[in-house]
Amino acid sequence: MNAPILTARNVHVAFGGVRAADDVALDIFPGEFLAIIGPNGSGKTTFLNLCTGYVRPTGGSISLSGREITGLTPRAITQLGIARSFQHPQLFTEQSLLENVLLAVAARRHFWSPLRPLDRQAYVEEALSVIELIGLRHQTHSPVVNLPEGMRKLADIALALALKPQLLLLDEPTSGVSSDEKFSLMDTLISALRRQCVTAAFVEHDIELVRKYADRVAVWDQGRVFAVGDPDQVLSDARVMQAVVGVD
Amino acid sequence: MQLPAIAFGAMAAVLILSVQMVPWLEFVYILALAKGFAALGVAILLRAGLISIGHALFFGFGAYVTAFLGGGRIVTDLGALLVIATFASAALGVIIGAFVVRYRAIFFAMLNLALSMVFFSLLAKLYAITGGTDGLRVAMPTIFGMVFDRATLQAILLYGSLLLLAGVGYLLKRYLHSPMGQALPAIERNELRLEYLGVSVRRVLLTAYTISAGLAGLGGALMAFAVGHVLPEMSYWTVSGQLVLIAVLGGIGGVLGPFMGAIFFEVVHTLAVGHMAEAWNLIIGLTLIAVIFFLPGGLYSLMQAFARKGHAP
Repeated sequence: MNAPILTARNVHVAFGGVRAADDVALDIFPGEFLAIIGPNGSGKTTFLNLCTGYVRPTGGSISLSGREITGLTPRAITQLGIARSFQHPQLFTEQSLLENVLLAVAARRHFWSPLRPLDRQAYVEEALSVIELIGLRHQTHSPVVNLPEGMRKLADIALALALKPQLLLLDEPTSGVSSDEKFSLMDTLISALRRQCVTAAFVEHDIELVRKYADRVAVWDQGRVFAVGDPDQVLSDARVMQAVVGVD
Repeated sequence: MQLPAIAFGAMAAVLILSVQMVPWLEFVYILALAKGFAALGVAILLRAGLISIGHALFFGFGAYVTAFLGGGRIVTDLGALLVIATFASAALGVIIGAFVVRYRAIFFAMLNLALSMVFFSLLAKLYAITGGTDGLRVAMPTIFGMVFDRATLQAILLYGSLLLLAGVGYLLKRYLHSPMGQALPAIERNELRLEYLGVSVRRVLLTAYTISAGLAGLGGALMAFAVGHVLPEMSYWTVSGQLVLIAVLGGIGGVLGPFMGAIFFEVVHTLAVGHMAEAWNLIIGLTLIAVIFFLPGGLYSLMQAFARKGHAP
């Protein structure tokens, strides 16, 4: 197997008396689509926050392609190649989808040129290709505040994809989306990731989605990685279903 | 032709023609354009949702730099003094901005206010250097070595300010359409996301603050030349308030908005003081209320509405 893109070892963090990350160790390998599952409050989002610099670990180390990123700022980590989407889409609400993605494209290219327009031809073409990738071409000029939740989730992911990251971390990409739309959203997402050759990890509660789309699954419980492996194998483990999913 | 160019042409034509008919308007317009530059600086920060109630600091600083250098005959050229005052104010903006752009909302507003009041007090108390509450006289500048009388200087200031507005306005428009300029409204909406795009919000804001300080200093220098005297009151908090009012009145959607607001403000002020001594505050207040309710984009949005109507099928 290839060397991991992301390596977390002995990562600890606690909020008050609650251990949100307790000796967490996990590898994410190139090209895979890793699902992170577990009950509410088990530390899944905290793990994403630790990997993206929003929360600083009190112990342990996290590295990206062999480079230590523990304790770096979100901006520095983004510049090194980790992008993320959020459970509640984080967008520039009054601006159009195109303007949102253009800012992300510019952030990766030449942001600090004060006299060159944001909507220069090369940037617009790149932004449109990302919007096309996530299937929202028909909403290019819509203010993102007017988009339904599923599309806002995809728009949030589009901003992350426009950064051309090594690793994409997705926090509950289908939460708040109707069950009818979940599978089409995931189809679009997987297709976009495959076409851009992006490695990704996603936090998810829907076991059916995990079974269908994940290459591997990591199960979280009480701040610890409870099990990691092939989805069919892990999800057939009665202990996982009982302790984590609450099903016998 | 684009709307800003048409709007600038129309505004310049109205100003020049009205000065031919009513010569005393020349002085009023110079004051308005001077305040317009400073209000444009305030408007840039307003795009990011930051309200500075202390930009009179840079307005006064630019004016005093002009008075110091011109009065000591260190630099006498009008153009050189304008450039020096602008860059000196921008440099002060870098120093102060490095501290204040860490703050948001009321804290940003109050810190700017506090710093401007400290500066005002220093101007008023350090008599030996600043002339105290008497202020300093501004020496008549030269232009390429030539000396002009006051009337000619006023005309040069008016037309020169319009040329400056064209040049600075063009550069500012480019800046506001660049990623750095477009990041300003993005910061107001969601600065966390901008950091997660790998962009330094602090650097974006520091750049904007520096530009805004430079513009306020340029406005102060123009005001110093027009009036021929600088006073600590140029840095008083009421002037900062006026600049915010002018920016909102004119609108922050385009570079010309603050200048339209400033011209409206100064003309109403002058007419009202002459004919309805104490009523000008009432008129300005009512106008501001009307703008907030019916024209949230300011007076400039009227031009945008006309332009849209013109393009409608």
